[in-house]
Amino acid sequence: MNEYLPLLTLWRLLGVLALTMSPHLLRLPVWVSLLITALLSWRALSAYHQWPMPRMPLKVVLTLLAGGGIVAQYGSVSGQQAGTALLCLMAALKLLELKARRDVMVMVFLMYFLLLTHFLVSQEIWTVAFLLICAVAITAILIECQHRGALSPRLTLRKSGIMVAQALPLMIVMFVLFPRIPGPLWGLPADAGAARSGLSDTMSPGDISSLIESDEIAFRVRFDTAPPANSAMYWRGPVLDHFDGRTWENAFPITAAGYEPEIERLGQRVVYEITLEPHRMRWLFGLDLPRRDHLPGDAIMSREAQLMATKSVIERRRYSLVSDTDYRLQPTATERMVRRNLALPAKFNPQTLELGRRWRQSLGNDARIVDAALRMFREQPFVYTLRPPPLGRNSADEFLFTTRRGFCEHYASAFTLLMRAADVPARVVTGYQGGQLNEIGGYYVVRQSDAHAWSEVWLSGRGWVRVDPTAAVAPERIERGIEGSISAGEGLPGYLSNRTRLRFYFEARWDWINARWNAMVLAYGPELQQQFLSRFGLDDLRSMILALTVIVTLAMAAVGLVLLRQSLPAPIRDPALREWRRFTRKLGKLGLVQRTDEGPRDFINRVNELHPDLSERANRILMLYLNNRYLDNRDATVADLRQAVSALRL
Amino acid sequence: MSAPLHQALQRLDTIILGKSAELRLAMACLLARGHLLIEDVPGVGKTTLALALARVLGLQFQRVQFTSDLLPADVLGVSVFETGTGAFRFHPGPIFAQLVLADEVNRASPKTQSALLEAMEERQVTVEGQTRPLPQPFFVIATQNPATQIGTFPLPESQLDRFLMRISLGYPPAEAEKALLMERDRRDLLLDTAAVLDPEQVLHLQQQVAQVRTAPALIDYILALVHRTRELPGLRQGLSPRAGLALRRAAQAWALLEGRQGVIPEDVQAVFTAVVDHRLQTTAESEKGGIGAADVLAQVAIP
Repeated sequence: MNEYLPLLTLWRLLGVLALTMSPHLLRLPVWVSLLITALLSWRALSAYHQWPMPRMPLKVVLTLLAGGGIVAQYGSVSGQQAGTALLCLMAALKLLELKARRDVMVMVFLMYFLLLTHFLVSQEIWTVAFLLICAVAITAILIECQHRGALSPRLTLRKSGIMVAQALPLMIVMFVLFPRIPGPLWGLPADAGAARSGLSDTMSPGDISSLIESDEIAFRVRFDTAPPANSAMYWRGPVLDHFDGRTWENAFPITAAGYEPEIERLGQRVVYEITLEPHRMRWLFGLDLPRRDHLPGDAIMSREAQLMATKSVIERRRYSLVSDTDYRLQPTATERMVRRNLALPAKFNPQTLELGRRWRQSLGNDARIVDAALRMFREQPFVYTLRPPPLGRNSADEFLFTTRRGFCEHYASAFTLLMRAADVPARVVTGYQGGQLNEIGGYYVVRQSDAHAWSEVWLSGRGWVRVDPTAAVAPERIERGIEGSISAGEGLPGYLSNRTRLRFYFEARWDWINARWNAMVLAYGPELQQQFLSRFGLDDLRSMILALTVIVTLAMAAVGLVLLRQSLPAPIRDPALREWRRFTRKLGKLGLVQRTDEGPRDFINRVNELHPDLSERANRILMLYLNNRYLDNRDATVADLRQAVSALRL
Repeated sequence: MSAPLHQALQRLDTIILGKSAELRLAMACLLARGHLLIEDVPGVGKTTLALALARVLGLQFQRVQFTSDLLPADVLGVSVFETGTGAFRFHPGPIFAQLVLADEVNRASPKTQSALLEAMEERQVTVEGQTRPLPQPFFVIATQNPATQIGTFPLPESQLDRFLMRISLGYPPAEAEKALLMERDRRDLLLDTAAVLDPEQVLHLQQQVAQVRTAPALIDYILALVHRTRELPGLRQGLSPRAGLALRRAAQAWALLEGRQGVIPEDVQAVFTAVVDHRLQTTAESEKGGIGAADVLAQVAIP
């Protein structure tokens, strides 16, 4: 059926298609976005000017070229980004053969499918709100198409809104009950999500100060016990113990069983729960220092007391930890560990090495060497700054003896180097420091701007001791966070400056809403589902599916009944008519059926012809019925009629 | 049924042969205080029917042959200066009769047609500023010949509903036609026929019609029929509330003819086509197929 497609419907369809694809258009490669825009504009103009549609060979060539372009761009047509690009491009190409109503249907279903792909990129509240708007718009196109444009746009949108709203309860039931099967089926593709900033497993000068610019959230923490002071909130991340002269890294993180560090607990335990944003790395963060016996199931503690998950964190995950803020880490040293944490590249930073050697000779004691270094940072004119001058080959030398301006990674790096030169085993620890309390939600938000680097030195009898040289230079950084520590003239990163109280409040509120969303909706995976549904006795897959089927079926049946009720005849109120129906039902056994448009007298005349034996009784019933229902004859009562009908035995 | 009415109908049956149903419809129309439009080819007995009705019911009869040069004054009457008295005197037109036959009403100019239709509706005539009531009872039978369309002004659809009913007589059944040819001339027969009723009795019967009971269930049926015509896709316009009222009144008259004190659905069905068919306007597409009153009846269930 090649039905003519009105211009207005076509333009509306194009508008909705553009709306549906718009977030993708901003993300896709420029040539794809341009091509899609061009196809949309061409279709809109061609409808207006009645340009001819392209012929088959051209369409084939265009399709092949588009597919080829995607392959050239991404190296394949599968995967999240390539797949999305291909889908968008093909949807736009489909416009080239958009002629009739039938094609509009195809486009509508394509658009519903396109909506889904947005979830691969983002699952924020905003995305959901946007998708709901799109769903209403697409449904409106469907309605307009079905009604042949007979409805006003307002009415169409209203209808569509009602339909989407009606689907919401079903959506919630499906969301809660549809079984989440752990495994790749429900996981996002490996390349899902936009690139995110975060800590890496190496550290060079400038790495962390570039992170400070981002206000992205690294993780949120909810404490079950009293939270430690901000100055004690060191969130332990990658531990870097190999230095090549410029970059610190962890060359061989060992997570095999049997290499776990030895830990003695000394003080209060802290219980808390972390909601970690995906950072695409394997490590998890924990408050210095997590207990090994309370780790999440898929995590282990490396030899350096770093938490490692078995897989990269590509989805937001929640885990609970127990930490001791007072602890003794590896009080007994192994020769191998000492050697590893004393290793130095010989040909770099001669002045620093010289200073370390001098301290070892003059001070002798490890603890005093640490004190001397911290005193040096405190007493000499060192400056804590976000924008340190660039450093050359011997970065530690230049920093310690010439520029004396640096960020936490400079201090941690130089200090650790100095310790190693003085024969004190030392290493760099990166992670986050501090956090911002969200008073509305009662949890802490740790952002990328809280990224930090500090040192650990191994002291005999005390094990690994955390030393934060930044605290010696800029104690306010540790106590008040990055905001309080940067001198005013230097200029804070944009998001930190000009913060009014009100804005602060709204940010806290918004973050709280997001956190709830994450916890209640996005985190609803296999474990949470089972936990939630087991309360209702639905803890296995079969009962889940059964409950889902039953609820959906019941809902559909209810809808069906409501619809059916409207078409059913109204209940009979007139008692005379009720008796008459009883009578005609009896006659029905003889094959005599009153037509709906047949009057009672005509019907009885027919009965009399076919069954003269009945005529006397039938005529009496007819008379009683007519008298009761139409003639208002007081002589005949419904009781008489009922009696006469009951007396009739066929 | 009152005996005289029964007798009148029987008398009519002996004059107009084989048209019992049409006669009863005409009688019902009269009793319902409506006017009748007969649409038919010439020679099937339209005039005879009108004459017979007048005769049997004892009504004064006037006949107007409509032509294209007929003026309103020719129908309504005119004031003429009389030299004898030296004053204007009103000469009533042929409309001042109890039963008026407007023959071939579609041949007159619209102006004359509307003069007739106004008089029918208002049952009075206003000439030169003076209003004169028409006699009681007042009953117009108009005829239209659908075959001759050239040089005629068929009544516009909007005016058709001034007529309570439209019927067509059609050719008589073979048996009746044979009798017609063998027996006396009908007009002669009429002259010998005595009146069965008088105008007083007719007026009384008309009052009785209004008292025939219409039960709520029956009103529901009429409403269902009227509403159905408004929903049918093949119809340009559904029935108006006036049509509903007309249907009810016609059904009451029919029930009276049947000798019933209340209307039953069959009464509505009996008059439905005559009352409704000329008020339904089919759309251009369905002109060929033609959706008529019978289709509406068949589609509406009796509540």
